[in-house]
Amino acid sequence: MKKILVKGKTQGKVLKSENPINFLGSVDKKTSIISDQHHDLFQKSLKDSILVFPSGVGSSVGAYTIYSIKSNNSAPLAMICQKVDLTVATGCALANIPLVTVTDEEFSSLENGMKIMLDTESSNPITFLE
Amino acid sequence: MELTREEESALKGEQGEIMQMAYRILVATGEATDAEKLIPIEWAHLSGVNYNTIGDAGEEFLSSISKDARVKVKTSLNPMGFDIDNVSNYNLDDNFISKQLSIKQSYENMGVIPSFSCIPYEIFDIPTGGTQVSFAESNAAIHANSFDNLKTNKESAFSALASALTGKSPYSSLRKEESSKLTIRMKVENPNELTYGMLGFFAGKVGNESVNISGIGQMDRRSCKSLCGGMGTSGTCAKFNFDEDDSESEVIDFDEKEMKEVYDQLNTAEKGDLITLGSPQLGLEEISDLTTKLKGRSFKKRCMIFCPRAVKEQATKLGHTNELERAGCEILSDCCTCLTPLIKKDEVDAVTTNSIKGAYYLKNSNGVDVNLKSLSEIIEDETK
Repeated sequence: MKKILVKGKTQGKVLKSENPINFLGSVDKKTSIISDQHHDLFQKSLKDSILVFPSGVGSSVGAYTIYSIKSNNSAPLAMICQKVDLTVATGCALANIPLVTVTDEEFSSLENGMKIMLDTESSNPITFLE
Repeated sequence: MELTREEESALKGEQGEIMQMAYRILVATGEATDAEKLIPIEWAHLSGVNYNTIGDAGEEFLSSISKDARVKVKTSLNPMGFDIDNVSNYNLDDNFISKQLSIKQSYENMGVIPSFSCIPYEIFDIPTGGTQVSFAESNAAIHANSFDNLKTNKESAFSALASALTGKSPYSSLRKEESSKLTIRMKVENPNELTYGMLGFFAGKVGNESVNISGIGQMDRRSCKSLCGGMGTSGTCAKFNFDEDDSESEVIDFDEKEMKEVYDQLNTAEKGDLITLGSPQLGLEEISDLTTKLKGRSFKKRCMIFCPRAVKEQATKLGHTNELERAGCEILSDCCTCLTPLIKKDEVDAVTTNSIKGAYYLKNSNGVDVNLKSLSEIIEDETK
């Protein structure tokens, strides 16, 4: 764990991307489905996942998209990034979605479909449940 | 980050949902920028006003929070998409107008001063003595740090809004006295405002947080604004120092070659169908100067001038707006060249401007080509 940007506790399944996410350009603000056909999560919804991805990219207005998907009940339960960026940080803050950054080793250890618990208050914030 | 007991209580939600959200934004921004604490600020300047930039998601968010949210400190506001006095002349669709008016209303409900200006440093009194502020507009943040003896982070729309609602901001490195690690030596001779805009654009690309400039003489206000506008467009830098002693830092030259690279990137047309002046918006001094320069002359094509409403009102009292309209200018308040919905690529092929910031956004956001010229060249070539 490197940084806790937005606190919280949740559990769910990892949805992992190896590509950065441009929330303004490539995430549908109602359904949270990724519309960028070059993205490894193309046509997948982010809803109720623990979204693991390198970092956000693109316009800071993308923070409003994160707020929108939360308002439309299609947001991830939490986000875990390798690198901090202000768009995802402020978006998760607006929407109250827990957000942490992790080390490269931790990032590699998180795999698609794994069930994990994230608790930013715990001394061991990420627990593998299965 | 170390929070006070009161800040912790707000973050837990003990002071309501709006305060909780505002503190979440401050903490997330502070952690992201390695701030060790929050500090009080006296003035916030918000971006995220133009419907063109924030869209439906922004409009809905502001509408929702403005029911309860109220600003705690003096808060001014960036330009919106049009001038309400003459919007009917510009063929904007009704949806744009109603969404923009909703955004305007939301900010007013929160107690924000409806200044609709990207040059708060020219239309408000500047507090003295290194006052901490939170400016989201990039040219305004750079101007505040470099010329107005104010201190601000290069805030996002969200951190500035959170600052307005709480009166606090993360204590990140731009707020501290730190010398620049990089100096740019200005080598171009006889610079005008366009040269300074290109210097700023270059500095924003090569610098990180702040840049020292050496070899620069006295700059007029137009050049200072152009320098700040250029830098804000190209990077994350938010402060200039002007120290001739560059012995402690890495030095890069800005000469004819570097300038030409910037010019070739941003100048994409030989001539424009219309002219825009103002990005950043023009202040009263520039309007007065323009009026003098246009004595007995008039534009051969459309010329749009963007200035704050407060400046237009003063200019009208002084007789300048009459004189400028006589010379063929359209004067618009509350909006700006930057991200304007009033210039559309199906109506306009290319725009002539002396603004580097305007040039960048006209090309990248509006999709029109740009012909860059200094103000004196514009007056020589485009008026009779």
